[in-house]
Amino acid sequence: MGCRTLLLTLNLDRIAWQPCNPAVGGPAKSQLVHEVDAMGGEIGKMADRCYLQKRVLNRSKGPAVWALRAQTDKLEYAAEMRRVLEATPNLFIREAMVTGLDIGPNDEVRGVNTYFGMNFGAKAVVLTTGTFMNGRIWVGRASMAAGRAGEAPSTGLTEMLVGLGFETDRLKTGTPARVDSRTVNFKGLEEQPGDEDLRWFSFDPSVHVPRPQMSCYLTHTTAATHTLIRDNLQETPVYGGWVDARGPRYCPSIEDKIVRFADKESHQIFLEPEGRNTPELYVQGFSTGLPERLQLALLRTLPGLEQCTLLRPAYAVEYDFLPAHQCHASLETKKFSGLFFSGQLNGTTGYEEAASQGLLAGLNAARRAQQLDTVVLPRDSSYMGTLMDDLVTKDLREPYRMLTSRSEYRLLLRADNADRRLTPLGREVGLINDERWAAYQSKQARIDAEKARLASTRVTEASPLAAAVAEASGQALQRAATLEELLRRPHVHHPLLVAQGYGPPADAGISPAEAECAEIDIKYAGFISRQEKQLQQLAGKASKKIPAELEYSSISTLSLEAREKLTKFRPADIGQASRIGGVNPADISALLLHLEVLRRRAAAAGTGGQQQQQGVRSNAVPAAEPLPAAAVVGN
Amino acid sequence: MLQRSLQVWRVHRHAGYTLNPLLIDSVRCLHRTRNRRARSLEARSVSHAAEQSVDDGPSTSGRTAEHSSAAADTPLATDGEDTIASLVTGGSRSGAVDIIRVSGSEAVQIAQRVFWPQGRFRFNWQPRSQRIYHGSAIDSSGRMIDEVLLLAMLRPRSYTREDVIELHTHGGGVCAQRVLRACIEAGARPARPGEFTLRAFLNGRMDLSQAENVLQLISARTATAADSALAGLAGGLGQLVSELRGDLLEILAELEARLDFDDDLPPMDVPALVEDITVLQRDIEAALRTSRQGNLLRQGLQVAIVGRPNVGKSSLMNSWTGTNRAIVTDIAGTTRDVLEAGLTVSGVPITLLDTAGIRSSCDTVEQLGVERSTAAAAAADVVVMVVDAAAGWTDDDGEIFDALWGRDGPGSSSCKVRGPALLVVNKSDLAGTKQLQLPLLAKETFQAVVQTSAVTRDGLPDLDAALLKLAGAPQLAAGGVSWSVNERQAEALIRAHEALGAVGESIAADVPLDCWTVDLRAALLVLGEVSGEGVGEEVLDAVFSKFCIGK
Repeated sequence: MGCRTLLLTLNLDRIAWQPCNPAVGGPAKSQLVHEVDAMGGEIGKMADRCYLQKRVLNRSKGPAVWALRAQTDKLEYAAEMRRVLEATPNLFIREAMVTGLDIGPNDEVRGVNTYFGMNFGAKAVVLTTGTFMNGRIWVGRASMAAGRAGEAPSTGLTEMLVGLGFETDRLKTGTPARVDSRTVNFKGLEEQPGDEDLRWFSFDPSVHVPRPQMSCYLTHTTAATHTLIRDNLQETPVYGGWVDARGPRYCPSIEDKIVRFADKESHQIFLEPEGRNTPELYVQGFSTGLPERLQLALLRTLPGLEQCTLLRPAYAVEYDFLPAHQCHASLETKKFSGLFFSGQLNGTTGYEEAASQGLLAGLNAARRAQQLDTVVLPRDSSYMGTLMDDLVTKDLREPYRMLTSRSEYRLLLRADNADRRLTPLGREVGLINDERWAAYQSKQARIDAEKARLASTRVTEASPLAAAVAEASGQALQRAATLEELLRRPHVHHPLLVAQGYGPPADAGISPAEAECAEIDIKYAGFISRQEKQLQQLAGKASKKIPAELEYSSISTLSLEAREKLTKFRPADIGQASRIGGVNPADISALLLHLEVLRRRAAAAGTGGQQQQQGVRSNAVPAAEPLPAAAVVGN
Repeated sequence: MLQRSLQVWRVHRHAGYTLNPLLIDSVRCLHRTRNRRARSLEARSVSHAAEQSVDDGPSTSGRTAEHSSAAADTPLATDGEDTIASLVTGGSRSGAVDIIRVSGSEAVQIAQRVFWPQGRFRFNWQPRSQRIYHGSAIDSSGRMIDEVLLLAMLRPRSYTREDVIELHTHGGGVCAQRVLRACIEAGARPARPGEFTLRAFLNGRMDLSQAENVLQLISARTATAADSALAGLAGGLGQLVSELRGDLLEILAELEARLDFDDDLPPMDVPALVEDITVLQRDIEAALRTSRQGNLLRQGLQVAIVGRPNVGKSSLMNSWTGTNRAIVTDIAGTTRDVLEAGLTVSGVPITLLDTAGIRSSCDTVEQLGVERSTAAAAAADVVVMVVDAAAGWTDDDGEIFDALWGRDGPGSSSCKVRGPALLVVNKSDLAGTKQLQLPLLAKETFQAVVQTSAVTRDGLPDLDAALLKLAGAPQLAAGGVSWSVNERQAEALIRAHEALGAVGESIAADVPLDCWTVDLRAALLVLGEVSGEGVGEEVLDAVFSKFCIGK
């Protein structure tokens, strides 16, 4: 997009460091990665370049919930990302701790100040503070101020933001112990190798370079594990009662699992490599708040880990975040134009969630700097859009993680069509270069051609293909049918057609993944069109704009809670209003009715109904600062 | 189901993620103790309607409790609208009292202009809420036009939530008209039909389906129809729908939890899921059956009585209606035109059409009567053919049957009758134990055969029951009065039923689990429309087409 950009970070050596599980993707998160990639982001390419193993999860379910997950090499990942940044034109990287913002007279951001007294001017600023703002890590009862283990927190910025009128709150997350893989006995443990049928996050074929894969291993908790935990519950922060539990409930600590599922005799634990050149092994499913002196004993109750040694203890981290209802869905703050919040600062957890916000915040910061309107991804366009919408309409009680069930339209928001959904937008806003755009277009042409071929090729009921189809689907073929009709049957897949000699011509150059795109469109056409219809029905109502200055407190038909919440969140449209917790359907009816009465009254009064459309503000940016156009402050 | 609830609840506690709002609701609903199979539509009957607050005037219990804390100065949706006035008692000229209602921000000022307490002008008289005043109504020149009672119901404690003044005048129409004119001269505008209810709705006094029920209540033709509307007013269907939605959410929550946390959950019990969906469908079907009942209560039935001359059609009509509407003689062909008489069977208003006995006749007048009879039978909702028990099925009966139903029976091109048919074997008191022999085609055509005696009134209750059964509302015969769904609601319920059917098909066809949720969600959305929650544009349209609003 051509903006001069400065990236300020606390520690240059920790760029793209994966402090928790060095893995990318998984249910719902993989969709985010595909989407970020479709918009020209880096995370998918990074995972494709640095993977140790890849697997597709949820294969037994429908295509909407298939989830690619990669275990990555954390050292390589950080080094590779640093290389990418250094090779990016117009990007400047510098070590600094940002402690303040420079705000202009019209509530517009003008730059940032650092701890050592530097001032950097910028037309737009993105804050991405991770877990660093007033971070504090805990191991058992012991704690220290830190953003991550071994790294100092950032201080002063929270106070500055509070001084500017922002509301802050605190969240907690954690990471399990790392053990030395050379001390683990893998014999007798179930091996989990990567998939042979390799899949890729990125739509860019230039990163599709296969690499040797490493295996993960499965172990499980034993009676000894459970006894040890039960005997020492009072030693954990939550059950001992000295830390408020606002950690992620979907990522429960092992003591939580054992207390809540007392009847379950054993829980699965995964042992995952962290790199090709490090013996560190990530013990997934085993995060704990127990003190360090008990952690090793606990690990040694797991089969295979009887002799293991500890490399890093498990710890929890508490940090400041800013409830994101203070942002628009563009991630620009409602208070100050040109100021954007992104990542864990907004209360999310996970690299994929952070990447999604980073892309959008960066895009919009650049657009602000160029005096363009910000871009908002509608909720129904993508998991990214769903994420942004959830962030700005929900009260967070725990770090926000993307889940498949968060999207109402997941059948439309699949991994295989992420490029079809988002790459044209990426192209339009300048994030997709000519090469990627050409690759995208030729891929879509190949898929369309294959769909046309499937629709027009007929086979008779006597052909060998018919027999194979009948066997797979359990239903005999009554008369001649097109390949498309055959694909609609359960358990009939594209490779079956290929095996029977009905594959696409070799010169079509269509890959198995592309053929699968065509198959999904055909097989699930009925469901897809039904969901599209639902979407349209809702969209009509949901897109109804709400005037920005609507006085909710005076609408007596709204419940008191709804009046309070609507005043706090100030939704842009009815759809957003309906997703705010505490605003129930009856309130939405009342609100719609109120707007309709207002409209009719305005129409009757002959004013023509003044429409107040929210979102686009023409902000007068003061004379260009001498320094970079956008500053990104990261950890 | 209960076990499943606990299971899902556990998932949520464990998984604990902030799901989309639908699922959060579902978690809340798990706290409710439910036993869906024990649910009965009849359980929610009219008794709720009686619980209304006296000082809130003729209206609903509805959402009042939630808003009772609303202060008098809370703005209303209808603030700024005209003050409206109307005669709210029926057009009857014989009533002793008529009532004029004035509603709106200027109601009190208007009252001050048209009313003198105790018949005297009093400077700055202010009515107090929920009080009754006696005094005089006066016109714009200060002349007394009636002695009246004035009821003041000030905002928000009134039917419309606005300031409401009611003036009770003497009956007969003239007084009321003059008082109403005085109110209009004092600044009120005549109210449009349903406008008070519209304001009550706009101000959150009742929800859409309750408002619709008020309109039904006003236009009810029988007491049963009114009771049904009252039951709806008390929120009958809304309650069922919210239970259905709760159950659906629970199913959806379990499926969606499996998308993200399948490993942590026990294997899914698919047969139980199918059973749950079937139960939901059955509940919707039961609600839909009330639609037929509601139509019957609102619109009633046209029943044509046919038969050869002198089998006792007219006596049957007389004894059925308890009147002497038809002239009864021994002379065949006494009834020459179609006679109409009304009666009520279990609350259903029924119009009986007594037709001329059908036979080939040379008498022109009688001939015309016969043609009209055939036409009446063709147009009726139900046709009752009467035969003489003693004579049995005669050739003449056969001819009439052929003339109306054709030689090939219902469904054939020669069949003129479209409604269901019922055979009454009359004069059973004279026939002894003789068994009636019917031709095969007639046996198939008549969906019920009832023995009656117009003279002894034997068999008339059987006739009532058979008629209601044929009309598709057998439950009315049992005397159970319940709410019923209107067309808008029925249409949505049908769509919800279809969506659930699609879920069943997907499960049977081994389509992956995440696709099942597409149709489950569709069913959920449609159910939201039924109660007027989750309002779609179409519901808003319904509101604004039913009520006239604007200006």
